[in-house]
This record gives sequence, structure tokens and C-alpha cells, in this order.
Amino acid sequence: MVIGIIVLVLVVIGVLYFVGNYNSLIGLRNQVKNAWAQIDVQLKRRHDLIPNLIETVKGYMNHERSTLENITNARSQAVSAQGVSEKAKAEARLTEAMGKFNLVVENYPDLKANQNFLALQEELTSTENKISFSRQSYNDQVLFYNNKIQMFPSNIVAGMFNFKMEDFFEVEDKAEKEVPKVSFP
Amino acid sequence: MWELIKSNQRKSVFLFTGMAVTLMLLGYLIGSTFYPDGGGVFGLSIAIIIWTVLSIISVTAGSSLVLSISQAKEVTPAVHQQLFNVVEEMKLAAGLPAMPKVYIIDSSALNAFATGKDPSHSAVAVTAGLLSKLNRDELQGVIGHEMSHIMNRDTKFMTYAAVMLGTIVIISEIFVKGMFFSGAGRRYGSRSKNSGGQAQIIILAIAVIFAILAPIMARLLYFALSRKREYLADASSARLTRYPEGLASALEKISDCSDDLPSANKVTAAMYIANPLKKKGMKLSDLSSTHPPISERIRILRGMMYGAGFSDYQKSFSALKRSSAAIIPASGLRDAAVIPLRAAGEDQAEPQTAVQEKRKLGNIMMAVNDYSTINCECGLKIKMPPGFGMNRPEITCPRCGRKHRVESAGRIKI
Repeated sequence: MVIGIIVLVLVVIGVLYFVGNYNSLIGLRNQVKNAWAQIDVQLKRRHDLIPNLIETVKGYMNHERSTLENITNARSQAVSAQGVSEKAKAEARLTEAMGKFNLVVENYPDLKANQNFLALQEELTSTENKISFSRQSYNDQVLFYNNKIQMFPSNIVAGMFNFKMEDFFEVEDKAEKEVPKVSFP
Repeated sequence: MWELIKSNQRKSVFLFTGMAVTLMLLGYLIGSTFYPDGGGVFGLSIAIIIWTVLSIISVTAGSSLVLSISQAKEVTPAVHQQLFNVVEEMKLAAGLPAMPKVYIIDSSALNAFATGKDPSHSAVAVTAGLLSKLNRDELQGVIGHEMSHIMNRDTKFMTYAAVMLGTIVIISEIFVKGMFFSGAGRRYGSRSKNSGGQAQIIILAIAVIFAILAPIMARLLYFALSRKREYLADASSARLTRYPEGLASALEKISDCSDDLPSANKVTAAMYIANPLKKKGMKLSDLSSTHPPISERIRILRGMMYGAGFSDYQKSFSALKRSSAAIIPASGLRDAAVIPLRAAGEDQAEPQTAVQEKRKLGNIMMAVNDYSTINCECGLKIKMPPGFGMNRPEITCPRCGRKHRVESAGRIKI
């Protein structure tokens, strides 16, 4: 009788533990999906802003046709990219093209005084920031989720229900990877 | 991140239990001094009722109360697009479920605070002075700090703690003042000839001492936790923005500014990013201040040379204070890799002159208050308060005398 009760209690605890692990895995997976959706929204926003920007600056920048074409090409590639890693690559190319454009803008004081352009540039700066901040938060979420899948005992539950590890959204940005150098005389 | 919140919550539970026990003991003792038989239970229930009522008010109306006390005005993106962009950036970085409401306080002082009962119902408020003086990176640092308060559930915690503290202060003040003014002491003195009077006096003495000490202890506990949370929010801001220099330089500007924030008071002071009441006796003692010294916070942030993670903040803190006190809960220090710092943002606008700054401040304040503007051909920007020209369709430019239709007025651009 007593042994029966103990076994029953153990079984109940085991089931509860199992259910808890399963639920937290589901919760984490949803958070990853949600974080990815946030990135997607911001990427689309950037894709939508770029034609406006090109339209605004075209009149000012006759000599920079190749820079502008680069942006347009990178944008159309980014729009058609599929999957996390391919998107990451296409977006990195677009970011690079935009960086070149920002350098060129410095040579056009008229453009820098244009109210429309300034508003657009604030929008673009903010969108770029939003992309990198949502990427940051997406990678955090993926890390939690992947850890949970690999760690004992949740890895058993993950294996039974086929939870798969997610890719990180990595970008090859040299400036970002660079660690400040400190030299001692 | 989530581990950090859990560790925070465990500490909050500890604090609440401590404060609740103090409150109940206070109620029981006070009740016992008035009616030795059964009075304690009565006092206890009164204390619990007062606490419940205040808690309900703080949960349902706490944020709107605080926002209206600080005279903050809710604004739309049209008033200040950049502020909204920065708030949304930090919302994304912190992974909050909903966009906080954005408020601007009509003051030239430099300050900001966050409030809200949970991350889905939150608000951030900044002063107009802050918006006119800070650049984008600095503003981001400040908003990151406020967002961390929301993310770490500090806003909820501080509201509850303030309510609990308030209840303890009110009850003990009423009791102590009542004792002195009603002459209750004499009444007890005469009764002491009866049997049991001796015990009665002892209870009375304990109650008075407890009523005097309890609010002081509760206040010190509250302030100590508030200070620790400021450090934690600074560290989280650095982690969210990857750019500690932004917040450091913002704090520097805040400490250089001597304008007072008249709408802040002793209760709300703990919620601001920097103590808004710096003028009034904040040099009393480190124990009674709600915020760590601002110069120290700046130096810790500037000491983060190798990364923007919590462990970098902790290292910088320990190096500066020469103490091994853990400012970040241990679970926050398990970042797998170094979190790299980022470079300064592109928008490093040229330094503004004092006149430009004042003009920007004026523009922000007028935009918040729904002023409208007409650009006259002579170069003058005519600004009109809301409702101007209700019965006058035309306005004459005071400089050149051209006439303008009042309807043609647009929003003030910042």
C-alpha cells in the first residue's frame, strides 16, 4: 500500500516534470519565432524605404550612379532571399552598399540640408538600428532555446518531440567584431 | 536575461516579506497598546486593510498617478520622431512584448523615468531639456536604462515597495503623533496602579520604539535596493545598446545641468534616472540617497573597455570600488562569449551653440503643447498656441506685415 503511494507520487512528479520541460521548450520556440518575425518586419521596412531614398537623392547625385545602382541591386537580392542564412548574407550586402552611400553623402551639402532627406535618413538610421537590435534579441533567444535542447534532462523531451536547433543570424561586420586594442608603452 | 529577472523577483519576495512582517508587527503592537485583550488582532487587520487598499490603487492607477504628478504629457510620433524611433529600438533590443507609451515632461531640467505594472503596460517619460541637449547615442543610453527598469520588473517592484513603505510611515506617524498629543501616556500612567499595568507600559514602550524605528529601517532598505537597481539598469543599458559611452556621456550632461525639476518629490525621486532633487540636502549621507553618486556611475561605464556584457560591468565596478560586492546577480554573469562594443553612431551632429539649444528646447515644449507654425517668406517662423485664430482667420507677420491664413499652419518640426 505505502509502496504503491510512493510509486504513484514519483510517477506524478515525473509526468509534471516532463510536461514542464515540454511547455518551456514550446515557449522558447515561440519566442524565437516571434523574434524572427520582428527582424522580418524591420527588413521589409528597410526594403520599402530604399526606393523613396533613391527617388529623393537622384536629382542631387548625378555622378554617383554606380553607388545608387549597387543599392538597388542589393535591395532586390535581399527582397528575394529565403531562409535565415541566405537572408543574413543578402542583408549584409545591402548594409555594405548603404554604408558606401552614407560616405558619399558627405560630399553633398545641399542634400544634407534637405528636410525630406534628413527625415528619411533618420528613418533609415533607426531602421538599421532596429534591425541590429532585433538581431541581437533573436540571437539571445536562439541561444536560450538551443541550450535548452542540448541540456539534460530537457534534451530527452526535445529528442522525443523532434525540437530542432535554430540558426543564429550572423553578420560579417568587421567593425563590429573588432576588439579595441590597448597597447602599453 | 530571464534568469536575472527571476533572481530579482526572489529578492523582491524577500523584501516584501520583510516589509509585510514589519507592517503586521506594527499593527499588532499598536492595537495591543490601546486594547490589551484582542486589540492586537484588530490593529493587525486595520494595517492589512490599509495595505490592501493602497496596493489595489497602486496596481490599477499607479502609473497614471505618477505620470500626472510629474506633469508628463503623452505625445505622438509627429511631435518627436527620433524619440519614438529610439524607444522602439530599445523595445526591440529588450524584447518587450509591447511598445511603451511615450511622455514628455515640460521642463528644461535633464531627467527621465519609466513606470508601469508589467512590460506590456509601461511608459517612459523624458524631459524636454533632455531631448534638446542629448545626441542620438546619448538618448539611446538613457532610454536603454529606462527600458531595463521595465524589463527587469523594477517599475512594478519599486511601486509596490513605495506603497508598503508609505503604509508603514503613515501608520507609525499617526501612532507616534497620537501618543504625544492625546496624552495617552498619562492615561496609561494612571492605570498602571491596576494589575497588569506594568506589562502594559512595557508593550507601550516597545510599540513607540518600534514605530519610530520601523519607517527608518524600511526606508534604508528601500533606498539600498533602489541604488542597486540603478547599477543593474546601467549595466543592462550598456548591454542593450552595446555602447556604454552613450549613457556615460548622457549622465555627464545630466550632472552638469543645474536646472531643478519642480514636479519631482521625495516619493517619485527614486524613479528618475538621476536624482531630480539634487539641490536639497542630498549630501546628508550615502545611506539615505536613492541613487549612487553620478560620477561613480560614469566612471564605471567608461571603465568597460573590452565588452558590453554584464561581466564587463561587474569587473569595472569591482576595479573602481575595490570591493567584491556582487552588483549583478551571479546568473547574469554567465554570458557565453564576449559581447562586443559597437562604434559611435553616424549621427554625431555638430555641437550646438547655447542659442540653438534653447531654440530647440522651446520648439520641443511648443510641439508638446500643440503649438502650430507658419513659415513666413521673410524668414520668420510664426508660432501660435492651440486654439489661436478661432475667430480670426488671418494673422499678420510681425516682422514684414504679410498676411497668412491661420489654417495653413503646420506642425512644429524638430
